[in-house]
Amino acid sequence: MTTIRCDIVGAESEIFHGQAKMVIATGEAGELGIAPRHAPLITRLKPGQVRVQLENGEEQCFYVSGGILEVQPQVVTVLADTAIRARDLDEAAARRAKENAERLLANRADAVEIAQAQAELMQAVAQLRAIEQLRKQLKH
Amino acid sequence: MAGAREIRTKIKSVANTRKVTRALEMVSASKIRKAQDLMRASRPYARAMRQVAGHVARANTEFKHPFLTEREQVKRVGYIIVSTDRGLCGGLNSNLFRKLLGEIREWHDKGVEVDIVAIGSKANVFFRRLKVNLVGSATHLGEKPKIEQLIGVIKIMLDGYSTGKIDRLTLAYNDFVNTMTQKPTLDQLLPLPPSDTLATAHDWDYLYEPDAESVLGHVLTRYIESLVYQSTLENLASEHAARMVAMKSAGDNAKKAIDSLTLVYNKVRQAAITQEISEIVGGAAAV
Repeated sequence: MTTIRCDIVGAESEIFHGQAKMVIATGEAGELGIAPRHAPLITRLKPGQVRVQLENGEEQCFYVSGGILEVQPQVVTVLADTAIRARDLDEAAARRAKENAERLLANRADAVEIAQAQAELMQAVAQLRAIEQLRKQLKH
Repeated sequence: MAGAREIRTKIKSVANTRKVTRALEMVSASKIRKAQDLMRASRPYARAMRQVAGHVARANTEFKHPFLTEREQVKRVGYIIVSTDRGLCGGLNSNLFRKLLGEIREWHDKGVEVDIVAIGSKANVFFRRLKVNLVGSATHLGEKPKIEQLIGVIKIMLDGYSTGKIDRLTLAYNDFVNTMTQKPTLDQLLPLPPSDTLATAHDWDYLYEPDAESVLGHVLTRYIESLVYQSTLENLASEHAARMVAMKSAGDNAKKAIDSLTLVYNKVRQAAITQEISEIVGGAAAV
């Protein structure tokens, strides 16, 4: 029986890889069933399930919140979005990033967050310097 | 004896410093592992993404996406700068910023303006003091950066490129070579350099659903996002490695200071004892 390699990867981790009899996903233009020797195809995915029929007839199900499906002669690749993506949400994220920068620009006073350890180290450096001087004095 | 007591207090405080640096060193040593795991986990996606982008860039002949075409005139350039949120990591950030400053100056000399997006507070603090245009920032990504946290800043730059506001986009980060070495790296993102998209030539084309233009745009956007995400993880691993090394050398220095202080302390103490004895002997002789 012919099979096709199937890789499902998310941006932050690998989700699935193995041989499949058929891969079923929800494309932008409708449900897709990819069997071995499918023509090369690339499409965006809609949020939904990706089902993989394994060699032994078992079926594995994955939820993707969007992504890209690519079909090559030997391999089906699903690039899954882990994040929930929509045009509006992306727009909001961009706006937030911009506001973040603007706020920082407006707030000229150094709002640098200094970890406590950093303060302690600064103190230590000053102390070390004082010690150096003390040592020099003692030598004379 | 007053001198001796002073020195003893100093020794104690340096010993405390040493404890702090050692603690920080050990914390970084454990975090670096996790950062490396994250890097490894996200690699399959980056690899798959690169393949798909490579295929796409080569496969389609009738449509050329703007992300792939070089522009003749460059009036404004964009930089995405990945830095750390915290300090105490040696010269990690300053090395990267120094490299960038050289480039920015070159652009300014040519009369080209520079837009900057800062990831990490250090870049934020550093670049807002300069005469550059800070258009976006993302800070406090934590130990486990999520791609959601970066979407916004990347979109600002990609939109800028599509609308013609910027004509080139570069990514700056510290490449994690190994624990001892982190390399400040500048990668051109847009237009995608041909070496990145160079795959074996195809004489076939994809079936596109719904159409070539939108799918291509989508793929390339995701590709760039994955590059930026990957570089953030690299930078995170670099941060911990650099901090570990910096704290180690700080600890070593503290140890050296303690040693030499102990020597001085012993000498002072001995001198006091000698003086006391000679005073007693002198006194006894006088009686």
